[in-house]
Amino acid sequence: MHRRGVGAGAIAKRKLAEAKYKERGTVMAEDQLAQMSKQLEMFKTHLEEFASKHKQEIRKSSQFRVQFQDMCATIGVDPLASGKGFWSEMLGVGDFYYELGVQIIEVCLALKHRNGGLITLDELHQRVLKGRGKFAQDVSQDDLIRAIKKLKSLGNGFSIIPVGGRYLVQSVPAELNMDHTVVLQIAEKNGYVTVSEIKSSLKWDTERTNQVLEHLLKEGLAWVDKQAPEEPQYWLPALFSDLYSQDVTPEEADESLQ
Amino acid sequence: MDRFVWASGLLEINETLVIQQRGVRLYDGDEKTKFDLGTVVLSTHRLLWREQKKHDCCIALLLSQIIFFEEQAAGIGKSAKIVVHLQPIPPNKEAGPYQSSKYSYIKLSFKEHGQIEFYRRLSEELSQKRWERISVSQPMQSPGRSQAGRVRAAGIVGIERKLEEKRKETDKNITEAFEDLSKLMKKAKEMVDLSKLIANKIKDKQGDISEDETIRFKSYLLSMGIANPVTRETHGSGTHYHMQLAKQLSGILQAPVEEQGGMMALTEVYCLTNRARGMELLSPEDLVNACKMFEALNLPMRLRIFDSGVMVVQLQSHNEDEMIASAVETVSERGFISSEEYAKLVGISVLLAKERLLLAEKVGHLCRDDSVESLRFYPNLFLTQD
Repeated sequence: MHRRGVGAGAIAKRKLAEAKYKERGTVMAEDQLAQMSKQLEMFKTHLEEFASKHKQEIRKSSQFRVQFQDMCATIGVDPLASGKGFWSEMLGVGDFYYELGVQIIEVCLALKHRNGGLITLDELHQRVLKGRGKFAQDVSQDDLIRAIKKLKSLGNGFSIIPVGGRYLVQSVPAELNMDHTVVLQIAEKNGYVTVSEIKSSLKWDTERTNQVLEHLLKEGLAWVDKQAPEEPQYWLPALFSDLYSQDVTPEEADESLQ
Repeated sequence: MDRFVWASGLLEINETLVIQQRGVRLYDGDEKTKFDLGTVVLSTHRLLWREQKKHDCCIALLLSQIIFFEEQAAGIGKSAKIVVHLQPIPPNKEAGPYQSSKYSYIKLSFKEHGQIEFYRRLSEELSQKRWERISVSQPMQSPGRSQAGRVRAAGIVGIERKLEEKRKETDKNITEAFEDLSKLMKKAKEMVDLSKLIANKIKDKQGDISEDETIRFKSYLLSMGIANPVTRETHGSGTHYHMQLAKQLSGILQAPVEEQGGMMALTEVYCLTNRARGMELLSPEDLVNACKMFEALNLPMRLRIFDSGVMVVQLQSHNEDEMIASAVETVSERGFISSEEYAKLVGISVLLAKERLLLAEKVGHLCRDDSVESLRFYPNLFLTQD
């Protein structure tokens, strides 16, 4: 008598059925992945064609770069995510922005002792251009902003702060909340700010004003001039404009003070 | 160049700085002038040029005197320029560097670049014409506006025609490039949609997708620059590329990180690695994703994230307790110390010095004295004394 469901034969049959189910599952994903792989190859060809016609345009025209980046963002693609991405490899956009990132970090590091890690986008732009030298390609402020956005992933607190009409670039992990930013906005006009100015424009009490100013002092973002005529002035080195100051190295400053 | 007048270099009240660029040389028409290295300054009212070394040598031009301007691309050995075409010289013009000139245009030569941004801002100012609405305290040399506005030199018509042709040609190129770009983006969008479909399938059938296939999928996403919608514990966003990178990095970074005391900030690692590579640079995300794989690959390094968000690469052999003990010893010897002083003493960056002191504080061996003067660390006497 044959008993159903038991015995080597039945077990083998069950095993075969299970294997077939599993196979089907993987086959479905395998299908889609194969399809994606094929489409990827086709896309790569289109990109190569595009690159052969327009690679120079991207390098030379900052306007085109902006348009390109915006379109990528709209469809959900980040051409700068990886140096191994197609965009980077074929259009060369990667190296352009990653190198800019290095230059930005170096400028910020060099000036940190003076401005506490806060610098205007204008000054950063100037100094990066200077560092790049004569034969390098020009970069726009939009290019800088995109490079900075990528640097955020390195954890050093890179961020861009809109202040009035300008942008400030922060390169240290100091915490700057809305109170701090609004004081920076007031200071933008003259490069410094006083307690009474803050109290009259923002209607804050003394306690709040002092807290914010102390924080900026502690983080090295502001210096206080206690010898100012009427009341102490809190200066922000980040906001000093070249028009009113000369470039002095720390050594030169030390010398002049002797 | 005879449109320029001597200026003090100071802006008037209500005159605002728009942008400035150093490393600019002035040309009178096509001829170089002796104003060969200075900073060109654009304000809401004027175009100024100030000598780089001698700041008191400064000349200025009213923006209202500019008819139009155009770019002149850089060439081999030649910097990019902006050619500025000017109104005829006004009768009551003040003293300037040039009595007369045979040219009605000047050139700004950008030896240290910056022409893209400058061009953009100049365009904005000339279209907004803020100087017409905002009056300044000191009356600036005014060219008798009504007169100069009407007088059009004969050569201008020809110049404008040339400009128009050039504009049409450029427009055509731009249109073609943008058309091609739009087509490309449509195809890229198809890839994005397909990847979303696959990602959903993976999410639904957790067990049935092999590790290998997941890695394959991730590498496809990497190529396209599509964010990974499926995060896996095992490899994070890692792909074979990142695994290889991790191994490479661990080799290259061993010596420099050791030299820095066993720890290096990720921004420094980024600069170091990319400077060494020269080309085919790493993106910040490539670096982070590779470092995240150190542990899984049993490499002698770790990626570490401090409370402040600062990320460092740390040697596996880095002994935390030893570091803290040595920091506490140093502080006790000196009574107290600030991050800057400690950084100098030990020979590491201020950022990492601060993190080390903060760590010692976290475990209770140090106390802080946070004043406006500085943040100082003291040995924690509450712990050691009775």
